[in-house]
Amino acid sequence: MTQAAKSFPDAPPRTPAGFLGWIMAPQRRGAWLVTPALLTLFLVNIFPLMWSFGLSFFDYKANRAKAPVFKGLDNYVAILNDPEIWGRFQNTALIVIGSVFLQLIVGFLLALLFSREFPLRRYLLMLVLSPMMLSLSAVGVFFKLFYDPTLGFISRIISMFTTETFVILSTPMSAIIAIVICDAWMWSPFVMLLVLAGLVSVPKYLYEAAEIDRATPWRRFTTITFPYIKSLLLLALLFRTIETFKIFDVVYLLTEGGPGSSTETISVYVYRLAFQFFQTSKASALGYILLFAVIVLTSLYLYAIQARRAEP
Amino acid sequence: MSNSGALRPIGQAGWGHTALTTIVSLIYFFPVLFIILTAFKTRQDALATPIKFIFTPTFDNFYAVFIRASTQGGAGLDTGFGLFFFNSVFIAGFSVLLALIIGTAAAYGFSRFPLKGNDTYLFIILTTRMLPPIIAIIPIFVIFRIFGLSGSYTGIIALYTAFNLPFSIWMVKSFFDDLDRDIEDAARMDGSSEWGVFRKIAFPQVLAGMAATFVFAIILTWNEFLFALMLTGTETRTVPVAIARTIGGQVGVDWGLLSAIETLFIIPVVVVTFLLQNQLLRGVTFGTIRK
Repeated sequence: MTQAAKSFPDAPPRTPAGFLGWIMAPQRRGAWLVTPALLTLFLVNIFPLMWSFGLSFFDYKANRAKAPVFKGLDNYVAILNDPEIWGRFQNTALIVIGSVFLQLIVGFLLALLFSREFPLRRYLLMLVLSPMMLSLSAVGVFFKLFYDPTLGFISRIISMFTTETFVILSTPMSAIIAIVICDAWMWSPFVMLLVLAGLVSVPKYLYEAAEIDRATPWRRFTTITFPYIKSLLLLALLFRTIETFKIFDVVYLLTEGGPGSSTETISVYVYRLAFQFFQTSKASALGYILLFAVIVLTSLYLYAIQARRAEP
Repeated sequence: MSNSGALRPIGQAGWGHTALTTIVSLIYFFPVLFIILTAFKTRQDALATPIKFIFTPTFDNFYAVFIRASTQGGAGLDTGFGLFFFNSVFIAGFSVLLALIIGTAAAYGFSRFPLKGNDTYLFIILTTRMLPPIIAIIPIFVIFRIFGLSGSYTGIIALYTAFNLPFSIWMVKSFFDDLDRDIEDAARMDGSSEWGVFRKIAFPQVLAGMAATFVFAIILTWNEFLFALMLTGTETRTVPVAIARTIGGQVGVDWGLLSAIETLFIIPVVVVTFLLQNQLLRGVTFGTIRK
């Protein structure tokens, strides 16, 4: 194989002729390398998805032996006209907006704190970054402990000042806030990480020039720092929106959607539809509406990455 | 593979700044610290008001994670957590290894021998990772039941392999993309075979990146909850599911015990986070953002 230098496309191929040669040809090397991966993904991910996409047009319950009945778009029509589902979308939107907003602010402030060198920086950075690496389910359990009305850490602090018991998970609004705090605590470090990367990319000479011009700190921030981090902030915003939109574990463990259905997000609702009410096809249809939203957001995210790469 | 750029400081902090950052970090880490402390407390200490920060540490909770004291006296009973920890390690390790092997081949292909519609493939691959797991779980749950895969190691490992593939492909591809292609071309000019180029030049340079990818994917799998909840049985249950079952519906949760389980569950992750600091940005964005 040595002297058949692959850098000359005209060099006579040393691969066998016929079908085997066609298969082994250098231009099919890429295809061979990616085939196992694509095949695995197709079998385990894409095929089941297509299967449930088909299912979303039928009437099917996974716990019955009855054959599926074709219903056309009925499931989709029923979902779009169902006020309950709009309520779940509202809950999800509230959590997404609240949590992502909080993450951006806290993450940004943390990044400013950590943008400078000081002793132990590396170790403190580890402490702040670790929540994001923890399991969503572990964090859900943490906060369940903290929010416990009689013995929880937060209630015990509040009980030092007032005699009233503090039950954060009992009213719809405070339960949403409880989830938002939990999620934002976990993911603010993610925003911090991206902002830190942006801060590092600002050329030093710009600050030096600003110093000579005696620009105010605010002006320095708006004209120098912000333009450099804004593309990364946008990426953080999109990425966190996609991820928070799917929020399941934390809600499932913390409130199970309650009180009532006030914190039931779309993911939790799909879970209930599919595995508690066994309305498999309706759940699939709702899943596809969710999937569509995620695909749109993912394209935006990738588009923002391309745009950022094209920046000077 | 030095990529420490993302976390590099951009100036020197004054003492006020240092003090503020230290306090903020400790407050931020407090929830984790609180759990770890609770794990070492006796039942009375754990529920004491005001909260005790100075107490005599006990290992009883950690012992109780694995062995439940028998009410009739005699030998303690196995709580099953030994098995659940083994399951978590085994399932994560096996599936990530598979995903990394298949994923590295694909990453090398996507990076060096672009196909027609290369970006479309990569987009679809990323989308399978971004899509809400709740959608994927509905058909997979039904299909697994049909093929008798629910509750088996084979089923959950196959699923996690596919779950880790998009991550592995994007991560390892980003490391391949960072390499200097001239060295590979020089080797080809010198008559090296394609396999030789990969094995002797490209592969050694991405090995550190692959190690980071491996550890990262292990954490993601170790933490995964929904698939494990739906598809593992008594024999194959992983730790997150076991934790959720411990708090589910019980009156009077034993917090010391629960904190001890959580501590055992999260300590490896915190340690690994520290080791991976320089690759964190790439890892948490699936290799889409590198600097």
